[in-house]
Amino acid sequence: MIIIKKVGKQSYILSNPVNITSTAAIVGPKEKEGPLHQYFDQCLEDEFWGEKSWESAESKIIKETANMAVSKSGLATQEIDFCLAGDLLNQCIASSFGLREINIPFLGMFGACSTFVEGLLVGSTFIDGDFATNILCGASSHFCSAEKQFRFPLELGNQRPPSSQWTVTGSGCAVLTKNGTGPYITAYTPGKIIDMGIKDANNMGAAMAGAALDTLVTHFQDTGRSPNYYDAIFTGDLGYIGKDILIDLASSKGYNIKSNYNDCGVMIFDKEAQDTHSGGSGCGCIASVFSGYIYKQLQEKKYKKILLMATGALMNSTSSQQGESIPGIAHAVSIEI
Amino acid sequence: MNIDWMMLLKAFCVGGIICVIGQILIDKTKLTPARILVAYVTLGAILGGLGIYKYLIDFAGCGATVPLTGFGNLLSKGVISEVSTNGVIGAFTGGIKAAAGGISAAIFFGYIASLISKPKIKKQ
Repeated sequence: MIIIKKVGKQSYILSNPVNITSTAAIVGPKEKEGPLHQYFDQCLEDEFWGEKSWESAESKIIKETANMAVSKSGLATQEIDFCLAGDLLNQCIASSFGLREINIPFLGMFGACSTFVEGLLVGSTFIDGDFATNILCGASSHFCSAEKQFRFPLELGNQRPPSSQWTVTGSGCAVLTKNGTGPYITAYTPGKIIDMGIKDANNMGAAMAGAALDTLVTHFQDTGRSPNYYDAIFTGDLGYIGKDILIDLASSKGYNIKSNYNDCGVMIFDKEAQDTHSGGSGCGCIASVFSGYIYKQLQEKKYKKILLMATGALMNSTSSQQGESIPGIAHAVSIEI
Repeated sequence: MNIDWMMLLKAFCVGGIICVIGQILIDKTKLTPARILVAYVTLGAILGGLGIYKYLIDFAGCGATVPLTGFGNLLSKGVISEVSTNGVIGAFTGGIKAAAGGISAAIFFGYIASLISKPKIKKQ
């Protein structure tokens, strides 16, 4: 018998919830000074981690995080059917260089800062569809390599405007399995590309809030759930500006998310003490906050049902220079114990 | 050694005001730092070409020559004097000739700095 998993416009309920068996997170020195530092598996002392370039350092971060997640899962590398990973660097070189020796069939993911959740929803589809038993998902970002690629070289020493977000140096990886004791991915809503017409690469929270709203509202409509179905709703990474915009937009659509909603870019840094302006961003932000902090809260049953929604700004430096606006995307997964 | 304290004060104020304008542009507008730098050079070149910038230099010395507007002023001053001696070709050669010392020094010291130092993350 064929079971239709699609509900409503674009949401999917898994027939067999997919188990998240282990996670790992490694972050940089700035994240070490932040409020979530005790939840990460490892905090680095410097941005280079003994490598010659920031790009190599980012590759090393995702490689070591992936190895850590696999070793925590108790699985042998050969037992993992797919590795789904991505990052922000051109052609996703942080992942493909970092994971070139991992020896697992590799599918590169790109959804800008939504990459981690994109990996989770593709991976859970493979497992629920009986194409795979065990899948490794991961994403990484690095402040220095991202500044160089998207804004200005650090050597220029320019100032960051108040609306800008701080790209997280770090990586988060998760191992999904067919069987296990949870937490489980039970449903997901992949997002559509939404363009709010915002052109400022230093105000990405505002650029992505429309996409976050679209996916959030669609998820509630498709599944018949309301915001209070979830103990917590997490986005990553709208930052302070985007978070406030999303709360307002959601309330204008009749959804009050104020009490149980937070953003990973807001959570990872202490805004006042660390002067990160509008909060954190980057593929590594929601990946490390989920893999480090949120996953442990689920294990300890502090949260029983969460909606994890990653947002991405689908632009590059060429599109910015050519005056294009920034299309946003948001993918949501429901994780329950 | 004679120190003109009044001149130091004027240089400090004029140079400072030029920087304050740049800071306001960064904080209050969407202009990127690169665009602000280019705007400063262009503004300096226009004011220099119109013969206005030299009054600011007379008044504030290095307070007017060291900021990027001073570089723009130098470019147009070089063009004007080269055109008067060599004709129209001076429009292409004069600016770079006048600024040669600054440009070469920037490249040379930039290169030396890249050899002896390693880039770091910024603090904020």
